[in-house]
Amino acid sequence: MAFIDVAIIDTGGANINSLVFAFDRLNVTAQLTRDADLIRAAPRVVLPGVGAAAASMKRLSESGLDQLIPHLTQPVLGICLGMQLLFESSQEGSVKCLAIIPGTVEQMLSAPGLRIPHIGWNQTTVNAEHPIFDELPHQFFGYFVHSFAAPINEFTVGTCRHSRDFASIVTRDNFVGIQFHPERSADAGQQILRGFLSLGSTARV
Amino acid sequence: MNLESISKISATTGGLTRRIIACLDVRHGQVVKGVQFRNHRVVGDIVQLSQQYRDEGVDELVLYDITASPESRTVASDWVERVARVIDVPFCVAGGIRDLNQARQILNSGADKISINSPAIADPALITRLADEFGSQCVVVGIDSLRVDGQYRVKSLTGDPHATQDAGRATLPWIQQVQELGAGEIVLNCMNQDGVRSGYDVVQLAAARAICHVPLIASGGAGTYQHFAEVFQQSDVDGALAASVFHKSLIAIPELKSFLKRAGIRVRL
Repeated sequence: MAFIDVAIIDTGGANINSLVFAFDRLNVTAQLTRDADLIRAAPRVVLPGVGAAAASMKRLSESGLDQLIPHLTQPVLGICLGMQLLFESSQEGSVKCLAIIPGTVEQMLSAPGLRIPHIGWNQTTVNAEHPIFDELPHQFFGYFVHSFAAPINEFTVGTCRHSRDFASIVTRDNFVGIQFHPERSADAGQQILRGFLSLGSTARV
Repeated sequence: MNLESISKISATTGGLTRRIIACLDVRHGQVVKGVQFRNHRVVGDIVQLSQQYRDEGVDELVLYDITASPESRTVASDWVERVARVIDVPFCVAGGIRDLNQARQILNSGADKISINSPAIADPALITRLADEFGSQCVVVGIDSLRVDGQYRVKSLTGDPHATQDAGRATLPWIQQVQELGAGEIVLNCMNQDGVRSGYDVVQLAAARAICHVPLIASGGAGTYQHFAEVFQQSDVDGALAASVFHKSLIAIPELKSFLKRAGIRVRL
Protein backbone atom coordinates (compact mmCIF):
# COMPACT_ATOMS: atom_id res chain seq x y z
CA MET A 1 0.00 0.00 0.00
CA ALA A 2 1.44 3.33 -1.09
CA PHE A 3 2.01 5.80 1.70
CA ILE A 4 -0.49 8.60 1.89
CA ASP A 5 -0.66 11.51 4.32
CA VAL A 6 -4.33 12.25 3.94
CA ALA A 7 -7.22 10.00 2.95
CA ILE A 8 -10.01 12.01 1.35
CA ILE A 9 -13.22 10.04 1.70
CA ASP A 10 -15.04 9.68 -1.61
CA THR A 11 -18.57 10.92 -1.00
CA GLY A 12 -19.30 11.34 -4.72
CA GLY A 13 -19.57 14.66 -6.50
CA ALA A 14 -17.21 16.54 -8.75
CA ASN A 15 -14.45 19.01 -7.93
CA ILE A 16 -12.50 17.06 -5.32
CA ASN A 17 -9.30 17.82 -7.22
CA SER A 18 -9.14 21.36 -5.86
CA LEU A 19 -8.72 19.82 -2.42
CA VAL A 20 -6.07 17.37 -3.64
CA PHE A 21 -4.20 20.29 -5.26
CA ALA A 22 -4.38 22.26 -2.00
CA PHE A 23 -2.60 19.43 -0.19
CA ASP A 24 -0.15 19.15 -3.11
CA ARG A 25 0.81 22.79 -2.54
CA LEU A 26 1.70 21.82 1.04
CA ASN A 27 3.77 18.88 -0.25
CA VAL A 28 1.32 16.38 1.20
CA THR A 29 -0.01 13.31 -0.57
CA ALA A 30 -3.78 13.11 -0.48
CA GLN A 31 -5.81 10.35 -2.06
CA LEU A 32 -9.50 10.04 -2.78
CA THR A 33 -10.75 6.67 -1.51
CA ARG A 34 -13.64 4.56 -0.23
CA ASP A 35 -11.32 1.81 1.00
CA ALA A 36 -11.99 1.28 4.73
CA ASP A 37 -8.51 -0.13 5.41
CA LEU A 38 -6.81 2.79 3.70
CA ILE A 39 -8.98 5.26 5.62
CA ARG A 40 -8.40 3.52 8.96
CA ALA A 41 -4.62 3.53 8.45
CA ALA A 42 -4.27 7.07 7.11
CA PRO A 43 -2.56 9.55 9.46
CA ARG A 44 -5.30 12.05 8.66
CA VAL A 45 -8.72 11.86 7.10
CA VAL A 46 -10.78 14.47 5.27
CA LEU A 47 -14.52 14.16 4.85
CA PRO A 48 -15.28 16.54 1.99
CA GLY A 49 -18.70 17.29 0.69
CA VAL A 50 -20.07 18.34 -2.61
CA GLY A 51 -23.73 17.70 -3.31
CA ALA A 52 -26.62 16.85 -1.02
CA ALA A 53 -26.62 15.34 2.49
CA ALA A 54 -28.96 12.41 1.75
CA ALA A 55 -27.04 11.31 -1.35
CA SER A 56 -23.71 11.52 0.48
CA MET A 57 -24.97 9.55 3.52
CA LYS A 58 -26.38 6.90 1.17
CA ARG A 59 -23.00 6.59 -0.52
CA LEU A 60 -21.22 6.33 2.85
CA SER A 61 -23.60 3.67 4.16
CA GLU A 62 -23.33 1.59 0.97
CA SER A 63 -19.65 1.10 1.74
CA GLY A 64 -20.12 0.86 5.52
CA LEU A 65 -18.14 4.05 6.07
CA ASP A 66 -20.98 5.59 8.10
CA GLN A 67 -20.12 3.01 10.78
CA LEU A 68 -16.35 3.45 10.47
CA ILE A 69 -16.02 7.26 10.55
CA PRO A 70 -17.33 7.90 14.10
CA HIS A 71 -14.75 5.42 15.43
CA LEU A 72 -11.72 6.96 13.70
CA THR A 73 -9.09 8.14 16.18
CA GLN A 74 -6.76 10.16 13.91
CA PRO A 75 -7.51 13.83 13.07
CA VAL A 76 -10.60 14.02 10.86
CA LEU A 77 -11.53 17.22 9.03
CA GLY A 78 -15.07 17.65 7.68
CA ILE A 79 -15.37 20.37 5.05
CA CYS A 80 -18.62 22.08 4.00
CA LEU A 81 -21.20 19.28 3.62
CA GLY A 82 -18.62 17.01 5.27
CA MET A 83 -18.85 19.22 8.39
CA GLN A 84 -22.64 19.03 8.33
CA LEU A 85 -22.50 15.22 8.14
CA LEU A 86 -20.76 15.20 11.54
CA PHE A 87 -24.07 16.27 13.13
CA GLU A 88 -26.95 14.00 14.16
CA SER A 89 -29.18 14.83 11.24
CA SER A 90 -29.81 17.27 8.41
CA GLN A 91 -33.00 18.86 7.19
CA GLU A 92 -31.59 18.45 3.68
CA GLY A 93 -33.41 15.29 2.65
CA SER A 94 -34.38 14.67 6.34
CA VAL A 95 -31.45 12.32 6.76
CA LYS A 96 -29.72 10.85 9.80
CA CYS A 97 -26.03 11.70 9.74
CA LEU A 98 -22.93 10.52 11.63
CA ALA A 99 -24.03 11.83 15.07
CA ILE A 100 -20.53 12.75 16.21
CA ILE A 101 -21.78 16.19 17.20
CA PRO A 102 -25.30 16.71 18.56
CA GLY A 103 -27.85 18.83 16.74
CA THR A 104 -29.65 19.19 13.44
CA VAL A 105 -28.36 21.03 10.39
CA GLU A 106 -31.08 23.40 9.21
CA GLN A 107 -32.07 25.20 6.03
CA MET A 108 -30.79 28.78 6.03
CA LEU A 109 -33.50 31.42 5.96
CA SER A 110 -33.47 34.21 3.43
CA ALA A 111 -34.02 37.79 4.54
CA PRO A 112 -34.32 41.10 2.68
CA GLY A 113 -31.06 41.66 0.81
CA LEU A 114 -29.64 38.29 1.88
CA ARG A 115 -29.48 35.71 -0.85
CA ILE A 116 -29.56 31.92 -0.34
CA PRO A 117 -27.38 29.97 -1.10
CA HIS A 118 -24.85 31.76 1.05
CA ILE A 119 -22.06 32.14 -1.53
CA GLY A 120 -18.97 34.24 -1.09
CA TRP A 121 -16.47 35.48 1.44
CA ASN A 122 -17.67 35.90 5.00
CA GLN A 123 -16.04 36.35 8.36
CA THR A 124 -15.59 33.70 11.00
CA THR A 125 -15.08 34.75 14.60
CA VAL A 126 -13.12 32.19 16.60
CA ASN A 127 -14.56 31.87 20.11
CA ALA A 128 -12.49 29.07 21.60
CA GLU A 129 -8.95 27.79 21.46
CA HIS A 130 -7.94 24.91 19.26
CA PRO A 131 -4.45 24.08 17.92
CA ILE A 132 -5.68 24.05 14.31
CA PHE A 133 -6.44 27.79 14.52
CA ASP A 134 -3.40 28.85 16.58
CA GLU A 135 -1.84 30.84 13.75
CA LEU A 136 -5.04 32.58 12.68
CA PRO A 137 -6.38 35.93 13.85
CA HIS A 138 -9.51 36.07 16.00
CA GLN A 139 -11.51 36.99 12.90
CA PHE A 140 -10.76 35.93 9.35
CA PHE A 141 -12.50 35.48 5.99
CA GLY A 142 -13.36 32.17 4.40
CA TYR A 143 -15.13 31.22 1.18
CA PHE A 144 -18.61 29.73 1.74
CA VAL A 145 -20.99 27.90 -0.60
CA HIS A 146 -24.03 26.40 1.16
CA SER A 147 -27.79 26.57 1.80
CA PHE A 148 -27.92 24.60 5.07
CA ALA A 149 -26.14 25.56 8.27
CA ALA A 150 -25.16 23.99 11.58
CA PRO A 151 -26.53 25.11 14.95
CA ILE A 152 -24.35 26.74 17.60
CA ASN A 153 -23.73 24.53 20.63
CA GLU A 154 -21.01 23.54 23.10
CA PHE A 155 -18.87 22.11 20.27
CA THR A 156 -18.84 25.38 18.31
CA VAL A 157 -15.42 27.00 18.01
CA GLY A 158 -16.19 29.61 15.35
CA THR A 159 -19.31 31.41 14.24
CA CYS A 160 -20.39 33.27 11.13
CA ARG A 161 -23.43 35.37 10.27
CA HIS A 162 -25.74 35.35 7.27
CA SER A 163 -29.40 36.08 8.11
CA ARG A 164 -28.45 34.65 11.52
CA ASP A 165 -25.46 33.23 13.37
CA PHE A 166 -24.42 29.68 12.61
CA ALA A 167 -21.50 27.42 13.47
CA SER A 168 -18.71 27.79 10.91
CA ILE A 169 -16.17 25.74 12.91
CA VAL A 170 -16.92 22.83 15.24
CA THR A 171 -14.62 20.45 17.09
CA ARG A 172 -15.06 17.37 19.20
CA ASP A 173 -12.11 15.23 20.23
CA ASN A 174 -10.22 14.36 17.03
CA PHE A 175 -12.98 15.71 14.75
CA VAL A 176 -12.93 19.20 13.26
CA GLY A 177 -15.60 20.55 10.96
CA ILE A 178 -15.46 23.76 8.96
CA GLN A 179 -18.29 25.12 6.85
CA PHE A 180 -16.16 27.18 4.44
CA HIS A 181 -13.70 25.80 1.90
CA PRO A 182 -10.08 26.05 3.12
CA GLU A 183 -8.85 25.08 -0.36
CA ARG A 184 -10.56 28.23 -1.66
CA SER A 185 -9.91 30.58 1.27
CA ALA A 186 -6.49 31.94 0.26
CA ASP A 187 -3.98 32.42 3.10
CA ALA A 188 -6.44 31.73 5.94
CA GLY A 189 -7.46 28.45 4.33
CA GLN A 190 -3.88 27.39 3.81
CA GLN A 191 -3.16 28.18 7.47
CA ILE A 192 -6.04 25.92 8.55
CA LEU A 193 -4.81 23.05 6.40
CA ARG A 194 -1.32 23.51 7.91
CA GLY A 195 -2.89 23.48 11.37
CA PHE A 196 -4.75 20.28 10.53
CA LEU A 197 -1.53 18.67 9.29
CA SER A 198 0.24 19.63 12.51
CA LEU A 199 -2.27 17.81 14.74
CA GLY A 200 -0.86 14.65 16.35
CA SER A 201 -1.98 11.45 14.67
CA THR A 202 -3.13 8.32 16.49
CA ALA A 203 -4.18 6.21 13.52
CA ARG A 204 -4.48 2.50 14.24
CA VAL A 205 -2.16 0.93 11.69
CA MET B 1 -25.57 58.67 10.74
CA ASN B 2 -22.37 59.35 8.82
CA LEU B 3 -20.59 56.92 6.52
CA GLU B 4 -17.94 56.09 9.07
CA SER B 5 -20.39 54.93 11.73
CA ILE B 6 -22.34 52.85 9.19
CA SER B 7 -19.08 51.25 8.20
CA LYS B 8 -18.26 50.45 11.82
CA ILE B 9 -21.62 48.75 12.32
CA SER B 10 -21.27 46.62 9.20
CA ALA B 11 -17.77 45.67 10.27
CA THR B 12 -19.02 44.32 13.59
CA THR B 13 -22.23 42.63 12.46
CA GLY B 14 -20.57 40.51 9.80
CA GLY B 15 -22.08 39.29 6.56
CA LEU B 16 -20.91 38.56 3.05
CA THR B 17 -18.39 40.85 1.46
CA ARG B 18 -18.89 42.36 -1.99
CA ARG B 19 -16.72 40.44 -4.41
CA ILE B 20 -14.07 41.89 -6.71
CA ILE B 21 -13.73 39.58 -9.69
CA ALA B 22 -11.02 39.67 -12.33
CA CYS B 23 -11.99 38.29 -15.70
CA LEU B 24 -9.35 36.78 -17.91
CA ASP B 25 -10.55 36.48 -21.49
CA VAL B 26 -8.70 33.51 -22.89
CA ARG B 27 -7.96 32.94 -26.55
CA HIS B 28 -5.85 30.00 -27.65
CA GLY B 29 -4.62 29.55 -24.05
CA GLN B 30 -3.51 33.18 -23.53
CA VAL B 31 -5.20 36.11 -21.83
CA VAL B 32 -6.48 38.74 -24.27
CA LYS B 33 -8.55 41.90 -24.11
CA GLY B 34 -10.47 43.75 -26.81
CA VAL B 35 -12.57 46.90 -26.82
CA GLN B 36 -16.32 46.32 -27.02
CA PHE B 37 -15.63 42.64 -27.64
CA ARG B 38 -13.46 43.35 -30.70
CA ASN B 39 -9.79 43.57 -31.71
CA HIS B 40 -8.37 41.19 -29.11
CA ARG B 41 -4.73 41.38 -28.21
CA VAL B 42 -2.60 39.25 -25.91
CA VAL B 43 -2.04 40.69 -22.42
CA GLY B 44 -0.34 37.82 -20.59
CA ASP B 45 0.02 34.23 -19.44
CA ILE B 46 -3.02 32.67 -17.85
CA VAL B 47 -1.41 30.99 -14.82
CA GLN B 48 0.91 33.92 -14.11
CA LEU B 49 -1.92 36.47 -14.24
CA SER B 50 -4.22 34.26 -12.12
CA GLN B 51 -1.53 33.96 -9.45
CA GLN B 52 -0.82 37.70 -9.54
CA TYR B 53 -4.48 38.59 -9.00
CA ARG B 54 -4.79 36.05 -6.21
CA ASP B 55 -1.75 37.60 -4.48
CA GLU B 56 -3.27 41.07 -4.84
CA GLY B 57 -6.43 39.91 -3.06
CA VAL B 58 -8.92 39.27 -5.85
CA ASP B 59 -11.98 37.43 -4.48
CA GLU B 60 -12.66 35.34 -7.55
CA LEU B 61 -11.48 34.75 -11.10
CA VAL B 62 -13.45 34.11 -14.25
CA LEU B 63 -11.56 32.41 -17.06
CA TYR B 64 -13.53 33.03 -20.19
CA ASP B 65 -12.59 31.19 -23.38
CA ILE B 66 -14.07 33.76 -25.72
CA THR B 67 -13.30 31.79 -28.84
CA ALA B 68 -14.93 28.58 -27.70
CA SER B 69 -18.52 29.19 -28.73
CA PRO B 70 -18.06 30.84 -32.12
CA GLU B 71 -15.58 28.21 -33.19
CA SER B 72 -17.84 25.44 -31.83
CA ARG B 73 -15.36 23.83 -29.52
CA THR B 74 -15.08 23.62 -25.77
CA VAL B 75 -12.40 24.97 -23.46
CA ALA B 76 -9.26 22.93 -23.07
CA SER B 77 -9.23 21.51 -19.55
CA ASP B 78 -5.42 21.35 -19.42
CA TRP B 79 -5.14 25.06 -18.66
CA VAL B 80 -8.02 24.75 -16.20
CA GLU B 81 -5.99 22.23 -14.25
CA ARG B 82 -2.83 24.33 -14.50
CA VAL B 83 -4.71 27.22 -12.91
CA ALA B 84 -6.37 24.97 -10.29
CA ARG B 85 -3.00 23.68 -9.15
CA VAL B 86 -1.79 27.13 -8.13
CA ILE B 87 -4.96 29.07 -7.26
CA ASP B 88 -6.62 28.99 -3.81
CA VAL B 89 -9.49 31.38 -4.43
CA PRO B 90 -12.63 30.34 -6.30
CA PHE B 91 -12.64 30.44 -10.08
CA CYS B 92 -15.20 29.97 -12.78
CA VAL B 93 -14.64 28.71 -16.31
CA ALA B 94 -16.76 29.87 -19.23
CA GLY B 95 -16.84 29.20 -22.92
CA GLY B 96 -18.59 26.71 -25.17
CA ILE B 97 -19.81 24.31 -22.48
CA ARG B 98 -22.73 22.47 -24.07
CA ASP B 99 -23.25 19.27 -22.11
CA LEU B 100 -22.79 17.54 -18.78
CA ASN B 101 -19.61 15.76 -19.78
CA GLN B 102 -17.83 18.96 -20.75
CA ALA B 103 -18.97 20.58 -17.50
CA ARG B 104 -17.87 17.57 -15.44
CA GLN B 105 -14.44 17.59 -17.10
CA ILE B 106 -13.92 21.25 -16.18
CA LEU B 107 -15.18 20.83 -12.59
CA ASN B 108 -13.04 17.73 -12.16
CA SER B 109 -10.05 19.71 -13.42
CA GLY B 110 -10.49 21.93 -10.36
CA ALA B 111 -12.84 24.75 -11.39
CA ASP B 112 -15.47 25.78 -8.81
CA LYS B 113 -18.12 26.91 -11.25
CA ILE B 114 -18.94 26.73 -14.91
CA SER B 115 -20.57 29.58 -16.77
CA ILE B 116 -22.71 29.17 -19.84
CA ASN B 117 -23.91 31.85 -22.21
CA SER B 118 -24.63 31.14 -25.89
CA PRO B 119 -25.34 27.41 -25.31
CA ALA B 120 -27.97 28.36 -22.71
CA ILE B 121 -29.71 30.54 -25.29
CA ALA B 122 -29.67 27.71 -27.83
CA ASP B 123 -30.78 25.11 -25.25
CA PRO B 124 -32.23 26.65 -22.03
CA ALA B 125 -32.89 23.20 -20.51
CA LEU B 126 -29.11 22.79 -20.33
CA ILE B 127 -29.20 25.08 -17.26
CA THR B 128 -31.53 22.66 -15.47
CA ARG B 129 -29.52 19.58 -16.45
CA LEU B 130 -26.35 21.17 -15.11
CA ALA B 131 -28.02 22.35 -11.88
CA ASP B 132 -29.53 18.91 -11.26
CA GLU B 133 -26.20 17.20 -11.80
CA PHE B 134 -23.78 19.54 -10.04
CA GLY B 135 -25.97 21.84 -7.92
CA SER B 136 -27.06 25.38 -8.73
CA GLN B 137 -24.07 26.82 -6.88
CA CYS B 138 -21.83 25.58 -9.74
CA VAL B 139 -23.98 26.97 -12.52
CA VAL B 140 -23.43 30.55 -13.62
CA VAL B 141 -25.30 32.03 -16.55
CA GLY B 142 -23.55 34.82 -18.41
CA ILE B 143 -25.72 37.27 -20.30
CA ASP B 144 -24.40 39.73 -22.87
CA SER B 145 -26.87 42.57 -22.99
CA LEU B 146 -26.90 45.45 -25.48
CA ARG B 147 -29.09 48.53 -25.13
CA VAL B 148 -30.80 49.09 -28.49
CA ASP B 149 -33.30 51.95 -28.80
CA GLY B 150 -33.81 52.02 -25.04
CA GLN B 151 -34.45 48.25 -24.88
CA TYR B 152 -32.09 45.72 -23.30
CA ARG B 153 -31.50 42.85 -25.74
CA VAL B 154 -29.57 39.60 -25.27
CA LYS B 155 -26.74 38.95 -27.72
CA SER B 156 -25.18 35.58 -28.43
CA LEU B 157 -21.83 34.41 -29.82
CA THR B 158 -20.21 37.68 -28.77
CA GLY B 159 -16.66 36.27 -28.79
CA ASP B 160 -16.45 36.80 -32.56
CA PRO B 161 -17.79 40.10 -33.97
CA HIS B 162 -18.72 38.37 -37.24
CA ALA B 163 -20.74 35.66 -35.48
CA THR B 164 -22.49 37.90 -32.91
CA GLN B 165 -26.26 37.91 -33.28
CA ASP B 166 -29.39 39.02 -31.51
CA ALA B 167 -30.61 36.14 -29.37
CA GLY B 168 -34.25 37.05 -29.95
CA ARG B 169 -34.76 37.75 -26.26
CA ALA B 170 -35.15 40.76 -24.03
CA THR B 171 -32.66 40.80 -21.14
CA LEU B 172 -34.91 41.09 -18.08
CA PRO B 173 -37.30 38.22 -18.96
CA TRP B 174 -34.25 36.07 -19.75
CA ILE B 175 -32.82 36.85 -16.29
CA GLN B 176 -36.08 35.63 -14.76
CA GLN B 177 -36.18 32.52 -16.90
CA VAL B 178 -32.63 31.38 -16.18
CA GLN B 179 -33.28 31.62 -12.43
CA GLU B 180 -36.38 29.44 -12.79
CA LEU B 181 -34.30 26.95 -14.76
CA GLY B 182 -31.74 26.67 -11.94
CA ALA B 183 -29.02 29.27 -12.48
CA GLY B 184 -27.13 29.85 -9.23
CA GLU B 185 -25.52 33.13 -10.26
CA ILE B 186 -25.85 35.61 -13.11
CA VAL B 187 -23.11 37.68 -14.71
CA LEU B 188 -24.63 40.58 -16.63
CA ASN B 189 -22.24 41.95 -19.25
CA CYS B 190 -23.48 45.36 -20.32
CA MET B 191 -21.99 45.51 -23.82
CA ASN B 192 -22.43 49.26 -24.41
CA GLN B 193 -20.04 49.71 -21.50
CA ASP B 194 -17.56 46.94 -22.23
CA GLY B 195 -13.96 48.04 -22.48
CA VAL B 196 -14.75 51.77 -22.65
CA ARG B 197 -14.24 52.43 -18.89
CA SER B 198 -17.08 54.94 -18.54
CA GLY B 199 -18.69 53.21 -15.55
CA TYR B 200 -20.96 50.22 -15.00
CA ASP B 201 -24.49 50.45 -16.37
CA VAL B 202 -25.95 51.02 -12.90
CA VAL B 203 -29.47 51.62 -14.26
CA GLN B 204 -29.63 48.32 -16.12
CA LEU B 205 -27.98 46.46 -13.24
CA ALA B 206 -30.42 47.92 -10.70
CA ALA B 207 -33.31 46.79 -12.92
CA ALA B 208 -31.76 43.32 -13.07
CA ARG B 209 -31.17 43.30 -9.29
CA ALA B 210 -34.86 43.97 -8.64
CA ILE B 211 -35.79 40.65 -10.27
CA CYS B 212 -32.64 38.65 -9.53
CA HIS B 213 -32.73 36.55 -6.35
CA VAL B 214 -29.44 34.75 -6.91
CA PRO B 215 -26.04 36.46 -6.76
CA LEU B 216 -25.71 39.08 -9.50
CA ILE B 217 -22.33 40.12 -10.89
CA ALA B 218 -21.84 43.39 -12.76
CA SER B 219 -19.64 43.35 -15.84
CA GLY B 220 -18.60 45.96 -18.37
CA GLY B 221 -17.50 49.56 -17.92
CA ALA B 222 -15.21 49.70 -14.88
CA GLY B 223 -12.76 52.57 -15.25
CA THR B 224 -12.25 54.16 -11.84
CA TYR B 225 -12.37 53.24 -8.16
CA GLN B 226 -15.56 55.26 -7.87
CA HIS B 227 -17.28 53.12 -10.53
CA PHE B 228 -16.97 50.10 -8.25
CA ALA B 229 -18.41 52.00 -5.28
CA GLU B 230 -21.29 53.23 -7.44
CA VAL B 231 -22.27 49.82 -8.72
CA PHE B 232 -22.35 48.34 -5.21
CA GLN B 233 -24.22 51.31 -3.73
CA GLN B 234 -26.63 51.99 -6.59
CA SER B 235 -27.23 48.53 -8.06
CA ASP B 236 -26.74 46.31 -4.97
CA VAL B 237 -24.80 43.73 -6.97
CA ASP B 238 -22.94 40.94 -5.15
CA GLY B 239 -19.80 41.30 -7.18
CA ALA B 240 -18.16 43.54 -9.74
CA LEU B 241 -16.13 42.07 -12.56
CA ALA B 242 -13.47 43.85 -14.56
CA ALA B 243 -10.66 42.99 -16.92
CA SER B 244 -8.80 45.80 -18.70
CA VAL B 245 -8.44 48.12 -15.69
CA PHE B 246 -6.69 45.31 -13.84
CA HIS B 247 -4.64 44.06 -16.80
CA LYS B 248 -3.41 47.58 -17.57
CA SER B 249 -2.75 48.32 -13.86
CA LEU B 250 -5.09 51.31 -14.02
CA ILE B 251 -6.68 49.99 -10.84
CA ALA B 252 -4.77 48.08 -8.18
CA ILE B 253 -6.90 45.59 -6.26
CA PRO B 254 -5.49 46.35 -2.75
CA GLU B 255 -6.09 50.10 -3.22
CA LEU B 256 -9.54 49.39 -4.67
CA LYS B 257 -10.52 47.38 -1.62
CA SER B 258 -9.23 50.03 0.79
CA PHE B 259 -11.17 52.64 -1.16
CA LEU B 260 -14.38 50.59 -0.97
CA LYS B 261 -13.92 49.98 2.75
CA ARG B 262 -13.54 53.69 3.37
CA ALA B 263 -16.79 54.18 1.41
CA GLY B 264 -18.53 51.86 3.90
CA ILE B 265 -18.67 48.85 1.59
CA ARG B 266 -17.88 45.50 3.13
CA VAL B 267 -14.90 43.86 1.44
CA ARG B 268 -12.34 41.18 2.27
CA LEU B 269 -9.04 42.77 3.19
